[in-house]
Order: sequence, then structure tokens, then C-alpha cells
Amino acid sequence: MVEEIGTTEEGDLIINVGPQHPATHGVLHLVITLNGETIKKVEPHLGYIHRSIEKMCESLTYRQFIYVTSRMDYLSAHINNHACALCVEKGLQVEIPPRAQVIRVLMDELTRIASHELWWGAMAMDLGAFTPFFHAFRERETINDIMEETCGARLTMNYMVPGGVMADLHPNFQKKVKEFITLYKLKIKEYDELVTGNIIFQNRMKGVGYLSAEDAISYGCTGPTARGSGVSCDIRKLYPYEVYDKLEFDEVLETEGDSFARYMVRLGEMNQSIKIIEQLIDNIPEGDFQAKTKVVLKLPKGEFYSRVETARGELGVYIVSEGGSTPYRIKFRSPGFSNLSALDHMARGHLLGDLVAMMGTLDLVIPDIDR
Amino acid sequence: MFIVKYIKEVFNAVKSLLVGLRRTGYYFTHHKEIITQQYPDNRDTLHFPDRFKGEVVMPHNENNEHRCTGCTACELACPNGTIKVITQFDITPEGKKKKAIDKLVYHLELCTMCNLCIIACPSDAIVMAQTFEHSVFDRSELTKILNNPGSKIMEGVE
Repeated sequence: MVEEIGTTEEGDLIINVGPQHPATHGVLHLVITLNGETIKKVEPHLGYIHRSIEKMCESLTYRQFIYVTSRMDYLSAHINNHACALCVEKGLQVEIPPRAQVIRVLMDELTRIASHELWWGAMAMDLGAFTPFFHAFRERETINDIMEETCGARLTMNYMVPGGVMADLHPNFQKKVKEFITLYKLKIKEYDELVTGNIIFQNRMKGVGYLSAEDAISYGCTGPTARGSGVSCDIRKLYPYEVYDKLEFDEVLETEGDSFARYMVRLGEMNQSIKIIEQLIDNIPEGDFQAKTKVVLKLPKGEFYSRVETARGELGVYIVSEGGSTPYRIKFRSPGFSNLSALDHMARGHLLGDLVAMMGTLDLVIPDIDR
Repeated sequence: MFIVKYIKEVFNAVKSLLVGLRRTGYYFTHHKEIITQQYPDNRDTLHFPDRFKGEVVMPHNENNEHRCTGCTACELACPNGTIKVITQFDITPEGKKKKAIDKLVYHLELCTMCNLCIIACPSDAIVMAQTFEHSVFDRSELTKILNNPGSKIMEGVE
């Protein structure tokens, strides 16, 4: 469906943003057709960081392939690993111990806060404010320290294994998380003071990059991008996994559909994650952190699908098994890819400078889009 | 009233900027809340958690003995082919042949620190070390032999 505004005429300017461009946060290549300073068309070109993760996984066993998925959406590595572990467990029909379930949810929510904090800093930096980046990293560092202590790594943790988690929680975990919650509640006000209330920021975000609820659904947007348009699509609510059905939290919804709505959804989600952590941190059940599984995992012949809510939207893992110890085919439905497809629709008719703000609110992680 | 609304908007806009500037000014005058570290200068006081995954090592005791039986569980668990176990047959004092490791070759350049070899090891022969400064001048220095020369398997480890 090529609309009139999307066709190239004489006098139009075609510019390339990326693959090496500070605003694209990675090797994303956008071919933009401009009429003066107005965007007529945005064409994302992918493939610069394609590592064929899906094909790589076909030669790895069900224990081994989980670590590779940390390299897809590296900001929510835990949640990616979680989706894979869930899918393998579905095939194995393993019951996960309650302690492992709670640990997984705690780690997921901590990862979500860390991811949203980095997004907040990076997005403010896109708009020209450099200080918020350091404010965001200060709080994120606390989460990284917690992760480092329990999982042994700061970014690509590989903590989830089929049947539970790799190791028990560190003795300091509860204390440190409580310290983080106190710090977070103190510092989240600064976020509003510095950025949310700022008049320059609001004028650049409000009414920019409008995406209607119908378009969000038809482009397959999920996560905060779709919730900013008023589409209820939180997998934690709609298809609860682990202990999410027993927890009290709200699905943050905004109806405006512009960049500011998506911004407010993400800030609200951070508060909801804190709410979830507060409910769980004192109620970690005793018991095993791992279910007993065989050394060599073999999934029965068939197809398995699991979905989780990452910091960016719905991540689906689809495994086709032939009965062996390696998957026959793996497909990842990554949230970033679908969210990026809506960028062209959002950006048409806006100015070039606003494109950076729109890309910021989509929270693009390029290795997740390209895999 | 258009003019009242306009003045109100301008007032709120200036107020929002001042609120942000007050926060910036607070950190400008409160140096104690600076959290950055002066990395190369604080190397002596750097602290790493016990579980930090830096590098695979094989601990030896004071008699130059390790716990590795050469079962190749780590080699099978590794997703990248980082570990290669080269085995040989030792002759025990009773005259029996016994499988033991000749070399446990570890390619640090291929390792992703996923910890799968450590949890696969049945005799806890390999552990993660808390090192992180891995840069070397030649690529061949990254290929390491984990067992010390002349080392033997510890008594009682099967």
C-alpha cells in the first residue's frame, strides 16, 4: 500500500541515518526520504548485526542454547533466558519448584527496571539532555551489583536453566534489594523533576509520533509501545506464567498514543515492577531452586511455544522437536522487530528531529531486531 | 482569557526549567554523592563477588594435585568448544591402567563465561576465577593449559 506521501518525487532528498550513527543506538540503517525537513518515508534496512542465532541454536543442546539468547535483547537477558527455559520445560513437562519461580520473577522484574532505566537515560540523551543518562546509570548500577552477586555477571547472566535457576540466591540478596527499593523511591522523584516535567521535553514529545490503537494492533506492536496506544497486551496479565497470576499489579495503559504516552507507560511500569518486588522479596518460599532433570535433555516429538513479557514487549519462543537432544527448528518472535515496523507509519509528516524522539520511545535494541 | 492563559503557561515553563536546574545544582554542590570509581588507580581495593565469572581455572593443592578425572563432562557441556580434554592412561601401582588427563586446554578467546562447564563438572575440578583483565599481546597467549605441569589427581577423587 503505497500512499501518495510515500512516493519519491523530483526534489526529494534521500538521506541515510546509520549504520554508524549515535542516534540509532546500534547498527540500524534508516533510509529516509525527505521533502525539505518533513519526513515522507522511513525505510529500515536490517542485517548489519545478523548473527543467525536461530540457526546456531539448532546445533546446540537444550541446555546450551539458552545462553545464546542473552545476546538478542541484551538489556533484558534474564527475560529472554526465561522464555527459552519455559519452552523447554513445557516440552519436558517439568514442574518448577516454587522457590525457583519466585526467584525468576524477582530477577525478571529487576531486569525490567534496569532496562527501563537505561532506556530513560538514553532517550533523554537522544533529545539532547546528557545529565539524565548518568542519573539513570547510577540506579542501574545498583541492580547490576545485585545481579553480579547472585548470577556472576552484569549483562549476559545465563542464570535460568531448564528446571529452575542455576544457583541459589546470594545471602545478601534480600538486603540489597530492599536497599535498592529505598534508593529507587527516593530517586524516582528526580526523574520527574529533571525530565518529565520539563517544558522543552514535553513540547517535543506531546503529539509527536501518533500511533492509533488499530495501527498498533495491525503492525503487531506489543509491550509499552502498544500500551501507550491503549492496547491491553501485557502477557503477564493475559497469559500468566510462573507466579504472576497471584500478584497484585496494574497494567499501565495510556490512550494518547503519542511519544509522551509511551514514555509515561514505561515510567509507570517501573513503579509496578517495584510493587511486584515488594510483594515477593519477603515471601521467597524455602525449598529447592532447581527441579531434578536428566543430564541430557530430550524433548518429545512435537511443537512447543512459550511467550513472556520482556521490557520491550512479547517475546515468543517456538521450538520444533524431532525427539533428539537438539531442536530441529527454533523461531524467536522478537518484540523489537514488530515495533520497528510501525516507525514508518509514525514518522510520516513529522520533522526529521522528531524521528529521534520516536525511535527513543520505541526502545529499539538492534541485536533483538536482527538476531 | 487568552492573555492570562499565556502568562500562566510561560510561568509554568520557567518553573519546570528551574526545578530541573535545582536538581542539577544540588549535585554540583554535593560532591559526596559522586559514585564513579577511578578504575586503574583503585585496582588494589577492587572487590568482586565470589560468583563473578571471569575465567575458568583449575585449583591445585599444595602437593600439585587437582581433582580432574578426565570425564570430559565439561567438554560436552560447552556450547563453543572452549574446553578440550586430552586424556592419557596412567599405570597405577597395582599395574592397572587408569584414565587421567594429560592436558586440559582452555581457549579463553572462545569462552562466553556461561558457567555450564562448572555446573556440569561432577568432581568440582574447575571453578570460575574473579579475574577480568584478559588483554594480551598475542592471541596464542589466550589458549591456556589449566593443569599444572607434573600435576596429579588428588587421592580419593573418582
